[in-house]
Amino acid sequence: MKRIYSVLVENRAGVLCKVSGLFSRRCFNIDSLAVGETDDPEVSCMTIVSSGNQRTIEQIEKQLNKKLDVIKVKTFDEKDSISRELMLIKVKYNRSTRRDIMEICEIMKADIVDMSNTNMIIQICDMPERIKVMLDMLKSISIVEVARTGTLALPKCVDN
Amino acid sequence: MIGADAMVKCLEKEGVTTVYGYPGVAICPFYNSILDSEVKTILVRTEQNAAHAASGEARVTGNVGVCAVTSGPGATNLITGIATAFADSIPMVCITGQVKSELIGSDVFQEADITGAVESFVKYSYLVKNAEDIPRIFKEAFYIANSGRKGPVLIDVPIDIQNAAIKNFKYPEEVNIRAYKPTIKGHIVQIKKVIKELEKAKRPIICAGGGVHLSDAVPELRAFAHKYRIPVVSTMMGIGVMPTEDPMYFGMVGNNGKAYANRAMNESDLMIMVGARVADRAISQPDLITTNKILVHIDVDPAEIGKNVGPSIPLVGDAKHIFDDFAKEEFTCEHEEWIAALEGYRNTMIQKRNPNPEYVDPAAFITMLSHEMKEDAVYVADVGQNQIWSCNYHIVKKGRFLTSGGMGTMGYSIPAAMGVKSGDMSKQVIAVCGDGSFQMSMMELATIMQHHIPVKIIVMKNNYLGMVREFQHYTYKDNYSVVDIKDGTPNLEKLAAAYDIPFIRVENMSHAQEKIREFLAEDNTMLMECLVDPMDLVK
Repeated sequence: MKRIYSVLVENRAGVLCKVSGLFSRRCFNIDSLAVGETDDPEVSCMTIVSSGNQRTIEQIEKQLNKKLDVIKVKTFDEKDSISRELMLIKVKYNRSTRRDIMEICEIMKADIVDMSNTNMIIQICDMPERIKVMLDMLKSISIVEVARTGTLALPKCVDN
Repeated sequence: MIGADAMVKCLEKEGVTTVYGYPGVAICPFYNSILDSEVKTILVRTEQNAAHAASGEARVTGNVGVCAVTSGPGATNLITGIATAFADSIPMVCITGQVKSELIGSDVFQEADITGAVESFVKYSYLVKNAEDIPRIFKEAFYIANSGRKGPVLIDVPIDIQNAAIKNFKYPEEVNIRAYKPTIKGHIVQIKKVIKELEKAKRPIICAGGGVHLSDAVPELRAFAHKYRIPVVSTMMGIGVMPTEDPMYFGMVGNNGKAYANRAMNESDLMIMVGARVADRAISQPDLITTNKILVHIDVDPAEIGKNVGPSIPLVGDAKHIFDDFAKEEFTCEHEEWIAALEGYRNTMIQKRNPNPEYVDPAAFITMLSHEMKEDAVYVADVGQNQIWSCNYHIVKKGRFLTSGGMGTMGYSIPAAMGVKSGDMSKQVIAVCGDGSFQMSMMELATIMQHHIPVKIIVMKNNYLGMVREFQHYTYKDNYSVVDIKDGTPNLEKLAAAYDIPFIRVENMSHAQEKIREFLAEDNTMLMECLVDPMDLVK
C-alpha cells in the first residue's frame, strides 16, 4: 500500500537526518523524499512517499509525530492528492534521433531547456507515473544522466 | 559568567544534587565551575556506569538523573547507559563535552559525532552552538526528559562554548516547544468505554508495566484494583506496582514469569494493559491476546498503542491521571468466581524446584533475603539467571525492584544501586548480580568506597554466564560455547579485601539466614558471595 506523508519540520540542521534515520532504523521504506522550505523560513516541508501494510503505515505516522522536530504530519493516498515530480534528463542525440526526441517531448509536454551539438537537456514536470513513461521512452534512445526531485504532493482542494 | 558557569547554574535551578561522571579536557570548564557549587560530583570508573548511576537515582527519586563526561571516548562509552535508560524510559540529562566548534567535523583528537551516534537512543539531543542558548536548552532538556514518555536527553557542549562569556543569565520560567505537547489526560469518551466494558467483564485483569512506576501511579492503581477487586499481573518492569503478597497480585507474566500469571492473562476476557509496550519477552504472541478478549491499552506514548498489538480500546494519557479519572466514576464490577479461579491457579501452579543441597538455592535464598531486608529497601537485580530468580522469588513489600528490563544490560545493578543510594541515603540498597555481570562493573567498588556510598552487593557465583549456558543447554544440547568463566574469575574475598570491603561467603542454605542477618546488620558496603550450583536453571 502506497502512502504519502507531508511532514512539516523545524528548518534546522540535522532534521533531515533524524527523519530519514527513523525510516532506516525501523525498516520503513522510502520510495521518494523531497524537502524544501515553506512560506515560513523556519519551517520545511518534507514529502515522503512510503509503502507498507496498514500497521506500518500507522506506525510511520506515529513515529514521525514522536520526533520533537516534527511539527505536523499530514498523510493521504495518491488518489486524494495532486502529486508532481520534476525531472531533468540529458540525452545524446544525432541527426537521426533528433526528430524522435522532439516528438516525444511534444507528446509528453516536456521542454528542451539546454542544447549543444551532441547533447540536450529535457525538462518534464508531471505526475510520477508519466515521469516513468518519459524515462522509458528515452531509454531506447540514449540517456546521459538524469536528476529527479522526487514526488511533491498536496492533498486536493475540498470545499467544506 | 561563562558557559560552564551557566551550565552549573542551570543544574542548580533544576534542583540537581548530584552529577555522575568522568572528566576529560573537553568537559573541564564545566568541572571547574561545579567546584563553586553545592552540586555534588561522583567520579565513576567508567562512563557507562555514570549513566546507570544517574538512571538508578532517577528511578527512585523521580528526578532527572544527570551525568557529565568528556568528548570522544567518554561520550561513546556513555552510549550503552543511554540506550539502557531509553529502553526503560528513564529520565536523564547526559552532558558531553565536545571539541572546539570550529574543529567539529575535522576528526581531531577525541572528536566523536555523539549527537549523531545516539540519535536512535535519545528522546532528543542538542549540540550547543551559542553559549547564550544554554539556559533555554537546559530548561527544555529537563522538561523533555521528565515529561510525556520519559527518556534520556543529550546535550553536547563544545569547549569554546563552555568558555564563552554570557552577558545575561536568565533561566526561562516556561518551556515552549511547538512540536512537543504530550497528551497527559485520557479522553473521557475512551474512559467511559472502558468502564462500560468493565461492567460487562466476567474475567478482567490489569497488566501493569514500568510506566506505572514512571507516572507515579502506583497508589492510584492499587486503590482501583482493590476497590473493584480486579486482579493484577505485571511485566518485569512493573514488578512492585503491587506488593508481591497482595491478594490481588498474580505475578509476573512472560516466558520467564509465573505460569499462573500467564494463564490468568490468557483466560481473561478484558485486559487493561497499562504502561507496557507488549514486548516479546512479556507476551510472545501478541496477536493471541486480542483474539479472545477486549484489550484496553493505556500508554502516554501514542506510538506504543498499536505497535505490537492492536487494542480494542486505545487510551492515550498518563497512567496517574487516567486512574484518577477512573476513581471519579462509579460503577459495579462483579467477578468473584474469577478471583477464586485465579487463587486456585496461584496455589496449585507452583514451579517445583529440586535444589542441590550442597549449594545455595537461589530461590529460597532470595525469598529469605526479602524477609530480612528492610520493608522499604530497594532491590536492584542485574541481568541473567540472577535477574529471573530475583523476579520470581523476591518479595516486594514497600520497596522498589529495579532492573534493566528493556535492554537487558549486564553490569547494571552495581552502578544503579550506587545511584539509588546516593539519591536517598536513608534507603537500604541491595544489588544482586551474577559472577558474569559483577565483573562487568566491579570497577565501581572503587567509586563506592571513595564516595562512601554504602551498597550491599550479592554475587550469585556459578562459574558460568548462566543465562547463556541455560540457553545452550536447551537449544544446543549442552554444547557450551564461550560461557565458562571459572578460571578467570578473581577470588572475591581477596578482591573485597583489596578495597577494604567486608566479605561474607554463603556456601549452602544451612547458615544462610544468620549470614544474611550479619550482611544486613549495618549500613555499610559489603560483598556477599553465594555459591550456586553451576547447573542450576531458572525453569
